[in-house]
Amino acid sequence: MIEIKDLHKSYKMGSNVLHVLKGINFSVKEGELVAIMGSSGSGKSTLLNILGMLDVADSGEYTLDGVPIKNLNETKAANYRNKFLGFIFQSFNLINYKSALENVALPLYYQRVPRKERQAKAMNYLEQVGLKEWSHHLPSELSGGQKQRVAIARAMVAEPKVLLADELTGALDSTTSYEVMDLIQKINDQGNTILVVTHEDDIAHMCKRIVYLKDGVIMKDEKVKQIKASAYV
Amino acid sequence: MFDLERWQEIFDTIRKNKLRTFLTGLSVASGIFILVILLGFGQGMQNGIANEFEQDAATSVWVWPGVTSKEFKGLNPGRSIQLKNENYESSLALFGDEVEYKSPRVFVRNVQVNYGKEALVYGIQGVSYDFQFIENAKMSEGRFLNYQDVVSTAKVAIIGNKIKHDVFNDVETPLGEFINISGVLFKIVGIFSEREDREEERIYIPVTAAQQVFNGGDRINNMSYTMPVTENFDEAVVQAVAFKENLQAHLQKAHTVAPDDTGAIHVWSALEEAKRYYSLTGNIKFFFWFVGICTIIAGVVGVSNIMLIVVKERTREIGIRKALGAKPWSIVGMILHESIFVTAISGFAGLIFSMGLLEIVGPYIEVDYILNPSVNFNVAISTVLVLIFAGAVAGFFPAWRAASIHTIEALKDE
Repeated sequence: MIEIKDLHKSYKMGSNVLHVLKGINFSVKEGELVAIMGSSGSGKSTLLNILGMLDVADSGEYTLDGVPIKNLNETKAANYRNKFLGFIFQSFNLINYKSALENVALPLYYQRVPRKERQAKAMNYLEQVGLKEWSHHLPSELSGGQKQRVAIARAMVAEPKVLLADELTGALDSTTSYEVMDLIQKINDQGNTILVVTHEDDIAHMCKRIVYLKDGVIMKDEKVKQIKASAYV
Repeated sequence: MFDLERWQEIFDTIRKNKLRTFLTGLSVASGIFILVILLGFGQGMQNGIANEFEQDAATSVWVWPGVTSKEFKGLNPGRSIQLKNENYESSLALFGDEVEYKSPRVFVRNVQVNYGKEALVYGIQGVSYDFQFIENAKMSEGRFLNYQDVVSTAKVAIIGNKIKHDVFNDVETPLGEFINISGVLFKIVGIFSEREDREEERIYIPVTAAQQVFNGGDRINNMSYTMPVTENFDEAVVQAVAFKENLQAHLQKAHTVAPDDTGAIHVWSALEEAKRYYSLTGNIKFFFWFVGICTIIAGVVGVSNIMLIVVKERTREIGIRKALGAKPWSIVGMILHESIFVTAISGFAGLIFSMGLLEIVGPYIEVDYILNPSVNFNVAISTVLVLIFAGAVAGFFPAWRAASIHTIEALKDE
């Protein structure tokens, strides 16, 4: 599903050049649940941003579902993001004046799906994350866990190839984190490919594979025995 | 523009951000409102001045004597000038071709006027038959003086409308009634109306009667003329000024007055004055435009400011939308669409409200020099369009910048 070859990325900070990714090689197959771990500054967020086409690599190849991702302009990137990717953020990033339902339906608006169909689909996904009764509430009326579940529904609604989650439990307490991870595992069990960036060991071990990043290179890439989050709930 | 989905999205946004929308709209509407009211009063002022000025014939030239202030050819200063019939006649002989209407005027003083037992305290003026046109008097009943009256020294009088209302309430019409002026009976043959009450408090009698009956000799108090109306205003002014200067020079010579002694014989040309008035109203109009344009600029700056804040406030939302697959242009389009919609609606609301106010209140405004303030509809419409355009331009740059901010940066924006 994801192929990355010799990926480099550096940032200019004034006169200094900060080399963040120093030749990353890695691939993800369909249906995998991969955790990318590393301390802050290890380059994990940069890697995720490049995978999410929110940022562009300096050199290297990136293929997503057989499509080479290169020469991106904003419009093209927006198209790919909309078609291939679903994002889940640490800070949820829901639009605060839109209800849960409208937030979930928003990616479909940019796919030019008619309003009725949009809402039916969004409702369907809200039901899947267990928030059907909350569909007309604003984000400010939801708890953190509920907000993240709305965000997951939003990431899922466009049926993307890959879900990218950036510290998705970072703003949640551990019980809620496990609930959210339980949901992620269920979505993965349905065959969806998911990448989770985290620095929490327990969250990482709820995935099927862990990639350790340090100083811009992959230190270790291992399959792990998945711990089911439902055991903690 | 005709994308229904986009409209729905925008109405959603507007409905859920009422305060923001209201404030944007208010600044636009008040800008337009102030501009239209200002322009309206500028126009009102121009109307008012034009109206004040239209009381006498627009091309009239008036002559009245004064006192010399300079020694000339052995004559002392401080000498009063007295116009005579011969001055009037010689002026006609010299410049008769240049004028359209002309009339001498004699103020009849120290007389008693009675109607029956009632004493009338109104000015009596001996004039010629042309004077009606010089004063722009409208005959409401009967006739004005005619040639025959003047030549035959007829004992006839023309009274103002106000005198009719003040004195002749008991009779059906004052026409045919007689007034007694120091023992001489004058028959009322006409009633005139003027724009101002003050000018209706006059009784006109033939100039010949005024001189012969009331011991006036050949003295006259002033002379008045009108110039023929020409198409070109500037040309008319040039003619009037030339006539005025020639006439003044002629009279100064006839009365042995120094050529530079302008106070001895006054010659006043309405056209010349009109030019001054017109340039004054032009200046006033310019001033109102200036203030109005400053208001518009303030409005544009206000709208820009609000757009800047709105876009700033929505940076994170823009980031989210981009992460979800919104193209940069669709974001710029959405923000512009919303801002143009809001400025257009509120701009036209301000326009309709202010024009309505002018339309309803305008005709009731009775202040000197302001008459019927109104505004040119096209001008008002174009200012609204300018404001909408300015709002769009002002909204475009921050929107474009926000749409081109790196999505990650936009998402970090708090």
